[in-house]
Amino acid sequence: MRVDYITGNTAIAEAAIVAGLKFYAGYPITPSSDIFEYLARELPKHGGHVIQFEDEIASINAVIGASWACAKAMTATSGPGFSLMLEAISLAVITETPLVIAYVMRTGPSTGVPTRAGQYDVLQATYGFHGGLVIPVLAASTPQEAYDLTVKAFNVSEMLRTPVVLLTDATIAHTYGKVIMRERGELEIIERIRPLTPPDKYKPYEPVKEHVPAMACFGDGYNVLVESLTHDERGYYAPRTDVQRKLMWRLYRKIVDSAPKLFDYSAIGLEGCDYAFISYGSTALSAQVAAKMLREKGYRVGTLKLRTLYPIYEDGIRKLVSSAKKVFVIENNVGLYYRELRAILRDKEVVSVPIIDLDLPQPQEIVEVVKQWL
Amino acid sequence: MAVAHPLDKYLRTDRIPTMWCPGCGLGIVMGTLLRAVDRRIKEGSLKRENVGFAGGIGCTARMTLYPLFDSAHVIHGRAIPFALAVKIVKPEMKMIVVGGDGDLAAIGGNHILHAIRRNADLLVVMVNNMIYGMTGGQVAPTTPRGLYTTTTPYGNPEREMNMIKLTAALGANYVARGSITHPQLLEQYLYKALGKRGLAFVEVISTCPELFGRHIGFRSPVDLYMEIRKRIVIKAKPSIEESDYSWEKGFVIGEFVDRDEPGFTDTIYEYLNKIRGGGVQ
Ligand SMILES: Cc1ncc(C[n+]2csc(CCOP(=O)(O)OP(=O)(O)O)c2C)c(N)n1
Ligand code: SF4
Repeated sequence: MRVDYITGNTAIAEAAIVAGLKFYAGYPITPSSDIFEYLARELPKHGGHVIQFEDEIASINAVIGASWACAKAMTATSGPGFSLMLEAISLAVITETPLVIAYVMRTGPSTGVPTRAGQYDVLQATYGFHGGLVIPVLAASTPQEAYDLTVKAFNVSEMLRTPVVLLTDATIAHTYGKVIMRERGELEIIERIRPLTPPDKYKPYEPVKEHVPAMACFGDGYNVLVESLTHDERGYYAPRTDVQRKLMWRLYRKIVDSAPKLFDYSAIGLEGCDYAFISYGSTALSAQVAAKMLREKGYRVGTLKLRTLYPIYEDGIRKLVSSAKKVFVIENNVGLYYRELRAILRDKEVVSVPIIDLDLPQPQEIVEVVKQWL
Repeated sequence: MAVAHPLDKYLRTDRIPTMWCPGCGLGIVMGTLLRAVDRRIKEGSLKRENVGFAGGIGCTARMTLYPLFDSAHVIHGRAIPFALAVKIVKPEMKMIVVGGDGDLAAIGGNHILHAIRRNADLLVVMVNNMIYGMTGGQVAPTTPRGLYTTTTPYGNPEREMNMIKLTAALGANYVARGSITHPQLLEQYLYKALGKRGLAFVEVISTCPELFGRHIGFRSPVDLYMEIRKRIVIKAKPSIEESDYSWEKGFVIGEFVDRDEPGFTDTIYEYLNKIRGGGVQ
């Protein structure tokens, strides 16, 4: 275990190395580039490769290739780069390729304010790719969470054979904080299931555990098939409704059914509260301060900071805010994740508190907006 | 099961017949490529489990569906970064990228550019059938000027993209152009390309009788084949300049570049070893 004052971006890089990262491919983009630069310096010392590709499209496709050579692989980017990666994320979904994307959000749309924060891409992170499925999205609000959730992101990607997005923003990226860095041996590190069957019996897309198939890699002698077309368990193209249904539901269920297992949050004062604040990422820090200010004024306000944004654990969230009469969803965008929460908290009044700020939304501003509703 | 064909051992025979149209040149490309691989495996210069295929999307890229090797059928234009990453992580692999002219020269153009600049250790086989086959006969960057395609119904006004010139200019270790009309020569190029370090690029002039041939007036696959054959010019040592083609001028085939610069993989492992050995801080 080590303790250091580091930024969110450094925490991601450090944690990735501990998780067993062996291949990083990227294209520079603010505010994610220092993850890349840090790894370029440190990862080779651990026997890993760091390569700057010609664009984000090449980067994500290389990450997929590296993962199929059985290296733990990742990239980091921001909105414009993530947009370029979307087609390949869909490929990673259908081919069930474990990989991690650190998505350091900046202000958009388009080039926006590249150096400053926002939470505009929270829906895009899981819904952006074509094909109508979901990928896990974890959201960090501090360098410590960035560290812990990076390890978790690798574990989830290996366990479920899926791309995982680790969502942060420009504020977390460059804020220093004390980080307790647990090392290998002090952490759970999950590796993908490898085939137990001999090559002639192996089917690359046959689930062996909770919808997840075992993964053979290039060079293992298994004649693996990485197939972007709709495929059966052998990986053979099969343009049939029965095959499509089976594949879609398995890919969907393997993520959605693991929602309870992936659920990660911190709650303050939710028990017996009248009002609940729900937030995530850097904005959650402001929300917690705002809640404290209101508690000091005598309001019973609790806060729920979500660290797992997708898959959504509906029962878990419902239970946590069950005593609240009103739920406020505080975020630094036009009110996006609010839509998700409104859909699952149907029996409550759910209020969107969208505060657009190039830095952290000010707690005082949150209090002022919320007060109209108390 | 009786062995029906000497290459059956390299094929997922349960997937044959292929999806290709009758008379398509792609069968010849695949057969020739597998024969070249077979020669390498037999002579012991290549291990079967170390051969991997990657293709994007297109009729050509579907060639990845049939060989009984590690194989990836990824997305349109992106097979090169996939294959390059496999090669970096597992340098013992021999990665073969197969793709159409749309897959590799149009949408994947940026990747081939940089793969060559890096002298990435890949064999890239680009099938030039002068058309987008899979999507129904639209113009390709390689379509000869003047010819009809479904998206240039008044004739293609654009210049032909000469990938030989491009790959030679950027420093590939091996650059050759073959044709399905001359499979023995093609096999020789592919065999040689498989033995190279760095980037080996082989362009294959091929036929799409269905959506190129028929559209420009050749009613049968044989007619198109004979027409292309007529326009092939074999040269023992052609110059790079001679690689420019047009429908009227025809297509010069041969070996344009053969050199032996260090490949990308060797170079990055050299760095990696230095760093790990403390040579670089
Ligand atoms: C991003 C994307 N754009 C477009 C397509 C549709 N598409 C499939 S194959 C292809 C081109 C096929 O032509 P070529 O690469 O020359 O291969 P051929 O079929 O002639 O072998 C296109 C445009 C796609 N699959 N993905
Ligand atoms: S469309 Fe053309 S290239 Fe594709 S299989 Fe048919 S003949 Fe071959």
